[in-house]
Amino acid sequence: MSDVTLDVNGETHTLDVDSSTPLLYVLRNDLGLRGPRFGCGLSQCGACTVLVDGVARRSCTLPVSRVDGEITTLEGLSGDGELHPVQQAWIDDQVPQCGYCQNGQILTAKALLDRNPNPTDEEIRQGMNGVLCRCMTYYRIQAAVRHAADAMAADASGSGPAREEVIR
Amino acid sequence: MSHLSEIPKELADALDTFNGTTSRRDFLKSSGLFVLSFSGTGLLDTPGPDSGEASGAPENGTAAPYPEPDFRLLDSWLVVHEDSTATFYVGKTDGGQGTGTAFRQMMCDELDIAFVKSTLVMGRTDMTVDQGGSGGSDAIERDGWAVRRVAAEARRVLLEMASGRLGVPMDELAVSDGLISIPRDPSRTVTYGELVGGRRFDVMLTGSNVNATTGVASVKPVQDLKIVGQSLPRYDIPGKVDGSLEWAVDVRLPDMVHARNVRPPVAGAKRISIDESSVRDLSGFIRVVSRGNYVAVVCEREEQAIEAASRLEVQWEKPATKSFPSSEDLFDYLRNATPMSPARGRGSRTATREQGNTEQAMAAAATVVEAEYDFPFQGHTAIGPAHGLADPSDGQMTIYTNDMKPYSLRTGVAEFLDMPPEQVRVIWMDGPQLYGRTAADDAGFEAAFLAKEIGRPVRVQWMRHEETAWDTKGPAFAFTLRGGLDDEGNLIALDYRARVADYAHVGYNQPDTVLIAQLMGIRPSRPASGGASAPAEMYAIPNRRQETSVVRFPRAFETPLRTGNLRDPGGPQVTFASESFIDEMAVAANADPVEFRLRLLRASSEEDRVFMRARSIAVVEAAAEAYDWDTRPSGKAVGSDRILTGRGVAYAYRARTAIAEIAEVEVDRETGRVWVKRMVCAHDCGLVINPDGLRSTIQGNLLHGLSRALYEEVQFDTEMVTSVDWRTHPTLRHVDAPETIDIVIVNGDPEPDRPDLPPYGAGEPSHRPVAAAVANAIYDATGVRLRRAPFRAERVLAALEAAGVEGT
Repeated sequence: MSDVTLDVNGETHTLDVDSSTPLLYVLRNDLGLRGPRFGCGLSQCGACTVLVDGVARRSCTLPVSRVDGEITTLEGLSGDGELHPVQQAWIDDQVPQCGYCQNGQILTAKALLDRNPNPTDEEIRQGMNGVLCRCMTYYRIQAAVRHAADAMAADASGSGPAREEVIR
Repeated sequence: MSHLSEIPKELADALDTFNGTTSRRDFLKSSGLFVLSFSGTGLLDTPGPDSGEASGAPENGTAAPYPEPDFRLLDSWLVVHEDSTATFYVGKTDGGQGTGTAFRQMMCDELDIAFVKSTLVMGRTDMTVDQGGSGGSDAIERDGWAVRRVAAEARRVLLEMASGRLGVPMDELAVSDGLISIPRDPSRTVTYGELVGGRRFDVMLTGSNVNATTGVASVKPVQDLKIVGQSLPRYDIPGKVDGSLEWAVDVRLPDMVHARNVRPPVAGAKRISIDESSVRDLSGFIRVVSRGNYVAVVCEREEQAIEAASRLEVQWEKPATKSFPSSEDLFDYLRNATPMSPARGRGSRTATREQGNTEQAMAAAATVVEAEYDFPFQGHTAIGPAHGLADPSDGQMTIYTNDMKPYSLRTGVAEFLDMPPEQVRVIWMDGPQLYGRTAADDAGFEAAFLAKEIGRPVRVQWMRHEETAWDTKGPAFAFTLRGGLDDEGNLIALDYRARVADYAHVGYNQPDTVLIAQLMGIRPSRPASGGASAPAEMYAIPNRRQETSVVRFPRAFETPLRTGNLRDPGGPQVTFASESFIDEMAVAANADPVEFRLRLLRASSEEDRVFMRARSIAVVEAAAEAYDWDTRPSGKAVGSDRILTGRGVAYAYRARTAIAEIAEVEVDRETGRVWVKRMVCAHDCGLVINPDGLRSTIQGNLLHGLSRALYEEVQFDTEMVTSVDWRTHPTLRHVDAPETIDIVIVNGDPEPDRPDLPPYGAGEPSHRPVAAAVANAIYDATGVRLRRAPFRAERVLAALEAAGVEGT
């Protein structure tokens, strides 16, 4: 055991855990977060996705000692009761069925749109391809990513609330 | 921008600061709203029909024992609060297809309150009546009736109370959103909350079983339903999108420990010894628990249990004989084996049904076609591996699970642990979608067993390799079909024979077939015989024979090839064969495949009580119209393009729901990759409660069907399943999703002079025709008939090469 310091959703935590512990178990079992979930432990499915400095990473195989940035989980995506446009699109399009994978879908979509605010349909399919869904909600997910991109573009162009206010 | 969820912000804030020192019941009572599932311990105090809030009965409504709520009491089904909101209690579960929202819609409509003034508790054995949990696509079709009738009865009783209070006959009262008024004297009103808020109805219901539960009141006629038929947003989605919803995987209890299983390396291996010193010094190690061939490691922390399970040294002895054929030899084995048991009618010698004289007609036919089809074992492979948390506090057993059948989990665990059922309760919470008899059953038993052994709450979750290898499978099939056409191209004889590898079939939560029991050496008196139903279509074929046989492998117990219900059990397999073969007969008759099917459907005017023939014709016609079907025989000329396109149709019914689907495919003749670019589904499940919820469910069915048609196949050698992850048991991905999905809801009976149809099941039927529609489209595109699923690129390419169609 050793002290590990993590910045998660804007808060700093110092924890006494084995440094090889995958980040997933620390987030879930020490910090009580529910967004990242165990799906495979092999970096194959994406259910455990978190953002590290805005980049989608698989927390099930990422040792806490190797975390080198600020972590954002699904819980940290919204602020002051305001949903991120990706989350809002997920509700508007009624995307989830069971929802177990949607943490990874939403965070991967968020990271994708940060990199590429106006992706083509093919770029959405490729960009999301590593995140599996066994309810097979892919069709609605892809539509929601498009709608989120449109909403973020509208916000940025001033036809909606300023993007910074929405995203924080 | 909306709030984080549908919970009002002030309430959400209050919940955040609520720390358990206040009575949750009082808090919720004052708030006038019930918010469920926001914390594990909070759940225990959710007001229920037997709680003090409604009954004045035991102040702590959650104290053991946990008897079943009595379905003959109106108070078991719903509670009206002082502010005229209501909480409904339904003994079903919602795996993500929106049945919870649909139940609320139906019950609000009958009770006459707004949707937003209702909340719903599902699948808690101590709080909701035993409606069996989920399965069989029966939530709306069967259980919807009971919940509608009890809500209608509550409305009637409230009107009766109002009549007494206001001194006005019931038929002079009106009700809207929980407010009862006198239309001729608008100044006098009374609310539901004023009449019964926070108190019991104390009204008895009747009915010989839970499905027959009824009061005196009748349900509303369809035309009076206002909330039913609306695409209301699902109440569970906001909490799934912002991370606030607590799932069964999220529950954390004080003093809880973590367990992981250590499985035999091959099927039927016998445990010889365990070297506990291999893990004893690991930090957090608590105990190795073993009995027979069941082995688990318990540690303080989850990652410690994972590490210890991977390092525990166990000596196993492999069985002397092969457990099953390899997946390479599977279909030869099925065809050559002597069936051990008939599929239908246990103990009966035959599973054959015949009408007319099939052999005689076949001998007289102008053209006879014969074909064999193969469909492999496929897994449930939930996105979240099986899990359970069991709390043995106070000598009771509480199990937190996403198992879709919490009631049989309760009785099964009680029997397994030799506890009175009253001391066991199961709390269903959201989880990865299940699609049938999954390892959620097994994990619930394991958690309870380990909790009893350790004396602390134990949480167990399977690893991915366990989930993929040991979860119950949908059975493999080998089919042989023969068909005879007369000289005018009419199908006059059809011979259908199926062999199904379903001998090690396990039911739900059986204490002698769950994996932990089998590994401990517990056995039922004999294996289940399994089985499968025949193709479900309304074709009028004068001579037809159907035979289904169950094939047994050497190993019937402790086998990773145990089978269990997987979404629409047998439906995708059987329909792949039967609807591919109808397409082959259409080709032999040089007929358009839609026209050929319609001719078979119209060849009889015989109708059944759900008008299935007329509705079958209607869905086939609706699918063809929506697709803008080009009428011609399938198997168009293959040009020189690299990408070959084609369209295929398939039709079936399941129970009382009719479906026709059309797939449009692109086949890459250089790689063999098949992309289903467009899917059309015409769907008739009668009355629709929530159209968008239905569309979402159908979309899931279609894509899950594509996954099974294109990718999924369990692989194994003669001693063990070798599919252990998403690479060795692949699934559909984002890039495979169709560009367009068109769903035509053929809502109810197409004949206007017939009565409205009631709602029928929708959770599985549209899953059934997908593989056949895709295979038929591949044939149209390439002229190559794929008779073995899945249509993975390498298999398609090999078939194209064999036919000389590969490359450009």
